[in-house]
Amino acid sequence: METILFNIFSVLAVLSALLVVVNPLSRNPVTSAMFLVTTMISISGLFVLLNAYFLAAVQILVYAGAVMVLFLFVIMLLDVQETARRRLRVVSLVMGILSVGALFGVYNSSLESTYELEIGDSLELVEANEIDGFRSEFVGGRGLVNDVEGAVGSTQALGQELFSSVNGFILPFEIVSILLLVAMIGVILLSKKELK
Amino acid sequence: MIEPTLSHYLLVSGALFSIGLLGVIVRRNLLIIYMSLELMLNSANVALVAMSRFNGNLDGQVMVFFIITVAAAEVAVGLALIVAIYRKRQTTEVEDLATMKL
Repeated sequence: METILFNIFSVLAVLSALLVVVNPLSRNPVTSAMFLVTTMISISGLFVLLNAYFLAAVQILVYAGAVMVLFLFVIMLLDVQETARRRLRVVSLVMGILSVGALFGVYNSSLESTYELEIGDSLELVEANEIDGFRSEFVGGRGLVNDVEGAVGSTQALGQELFSSVNGFILPFEIVSILLLVAMIGVILLSKKELK
Repeated sequence: MIEPTLSHYLLVSGALFSIGLLGVIVRRNLLIIYMSLELMLNSANVALVAMSRFNGNLDGQVMVFFIITVAAAEVAVGLALIVAIYRKRQTTEVEDLATMKL
């Protein structure tokens, strides 16, 4: 079941991400924004599969909700009429695809050499369910040995991690709140009628 | 079928990051470039959450929490900048914004 869901969500995320960037049918920014929403929702599904329930909810609320509404609002506000299809410069397109493909190839091969992505007999995943959470390890001495107890990102667990007095993240939390305030003031200044 | 492991999640994350980078390089519309940036940030989030899950440590998820906050602030400021540019130049194509080019 988990495998099927993972396949669905990952394929959906990658496909709609492709449609955000290179949509053969439409160059309209609104279409791209809609496909970006699909990507965000699929990523949130991946978060659920990874036991990060709180982050999945936040992902939908903040990204699919607030950020994308902001995007759509600005697109509508600017009234970007579909520009008469400018010719994409072929050279830049080819070079971009080549360089990004090369980057992804390097990443992929390093991933393979590290975690033995090849699904062969060298890697067998053994899962032994325990009462609370579960433990999984790779047989054959390769890969990670996982002991995933208490890695469930429920709201309570994440809150305790965030605000614990021993090794919590209280100072970063406060700094981020100041950052949000600064961003708010900056946006108000930037969107004033005449900049002085 | 094999259960999804850490490397599968990292593969998805790498694919999303590459697509985002491709968008930043190839597309010419400022808004689409911004969406591609969001895509790259999200791929980093997927990698962090996967690492956190497969190492049994919640620190990665706290990191993602902060990344989401900073990304929201970044989007607000960036879109305000785009609106300001559009008001001055009536365009969102990066080719028309070449004043600082030598």
